[in-house]
Amino acid sequence: MIKTQNLTKKYQWLLAVDDLSFSAEPGEVLGFLGPNGAGKTTTMRMIAGFITPTSGSASICGHDVLSAPLAAKAALGYLPEGAPTYGEMTVHGFLDFIADLRSLEGTHRKSRLDYVIGRLQLEPVLEQTIETLSKGFKRRVGLAQAIVHDPKVLILDEPTDGLDPVQKHEVRALIKEIAREKTIVISTHILEEVDAVCTRAIIIARGRLVADDTPAGLSARAPSGRLDDVFRTLAA
Amino acid sequence: MKPVGIILRREFASYFATPLAYVFIVIFLVLSGLCTFYFGALYERGQADLLPLFNYLPWLYLFLVPAVSMRLWAEERKTGSIELLFTQPITIWQAVVGKFLAAWAFIGIALLLTFSIWITVNYLGNPDNGAAFAGYIGAWILAGGFLAVGSCMSALTNNQVIAFVLALVVCTVFTLAGFNMVTEWSHELFAGIAHWSFWGEGMREGIQSFGAALTDGIATLSFYTHFSNIMRGVLDLRDLLYFALVIVFFLLASTVLLDARKSR
Repeated sequence: MIKTQNLTKKYQWLLAVDDLSFSAEPGEVLGFLGPNGAGKTTTMRMIAGFITPTSGSASICGHDVLSAPLAAKAALGYLPEGAPTYGEMTVHGFLDFIADLRSLEGTHRKSRLDYVIGRLQLEPVLEQTIETLSKGFKRRVGLAQAIVHDPKVLILDEPTDGLDPVQKHEVRALIKEIAREKTIVISTHILEEVDAVCTRAIIIARGRLVADDTPAGLSARAPSGRLDDVFRTLAA
Repeated sequence: MKPVGIILRREFASYFATPLAYVFIVIFLVLSGLCTFYFGALYERGQADLLPLFNYLPWLYLFLVPAVSMRLWAEERKTGSIELLFTQPITIWQAVVGKFLAAWAFIGIALLLTFSIWITVNYLGNPDNGAAFAGYIGAWILAGGFLAVGSCMSALTNNQVIAFVLALVVCTVFTLAGFNMVTEWSHELFAGIAHWSFWGEGMREGIQSFGAALTDGIATLSFYTHFSNIMRGVLDLRDLLYFALVIVFFLLASTVLLDARKSR
């Protein structure tokens, strides 16, 4: 459901993403691992249609991101790094806004909003402005807007960043719960998350793909059997 | 609901979510009152029309409209919400138009609130209300022109202050281009150039007429030229078309700029 082919992004001073090709199918939770600056966020932004690639292509559910951007974006739920929102809006207002953009209507809209608000425990802060929320709540609002339209594909950039252990657990449980019919890509630094949630992991370093395997398979590559060591060797 | 409408609603509401809107409106009203009654000498003139207000509006707009437009795109970039916006199933054009219309509606509200001046003139005399109404429409459309320029400048840069200054400068150029002062200066400039001994005899006339044509051409591009017709109450299709073209041009430019910055 996600397919990238020779995806490349070259800035004046930097080759951020170098000839990246991979695909992910429904039921997979693909982990994007890599050191800071490896090109994970840039790759996600290209797939989500926020940045135009220098060359190569990406498609979501068969819709090419460059030639059919509206269809591709409609099928996608995206949580950008840092979970940006419109801070002056209330949580309720913001989710309504996203639901409008996603063309949700009638009872379906109500049930999706209720589900998302309930599942992410946003009831206590519904009428608060987003800029007054704690980091954890802000991230949950970001997650809510990504899943409200029940997209077939989800791209989540560091979804548990800054959350406390309880919230991390909740979010990971949510991801596993909805993973069944969806294609999910999450980028993370937290290696235990890879074991906990991902069915497959890709390691990116300096813009290139250096490993593509199951978490178990990757761990097995190091004599210690720890993903930590594999990561450090490959990403060095 | 169409994406343009959804974005329009959201943007418009956000103006009033902070003190920004109220502060802006109050300042606008105070300044327009000052311009009308003090600088424009409405009472002293003894004429029941709104020309004192409309005459000063371009200068008011010059400072106030870029203040509104500077945050159109620079704010989105700063908070990162631009990434959220452009990964939704909407086109850049729809977002540009939605934000522009929201800002335009907001300035429309500020304009509407000067109605007390209209009431004053009606109380004091017998104005041509049709002309006044047309003048208000023209004032609103003029604001649209300034806003479109401002939107383009805001799309050009990440820095709100630069966006403000650029918008101010470009709008000044557009406004001043049609002024008698400027056209006369320009005619004289070309007359002066034509008289350099450097040129051959035949060239002199050519240069002067070229200069005249260039000046008149630039004058037709001027906001002021077209607005001065409308503010007297004459809604000429050519003037309306001019503003429509300017607005569409700068909104298209905003779209192109935003798209281009995606691939850099």
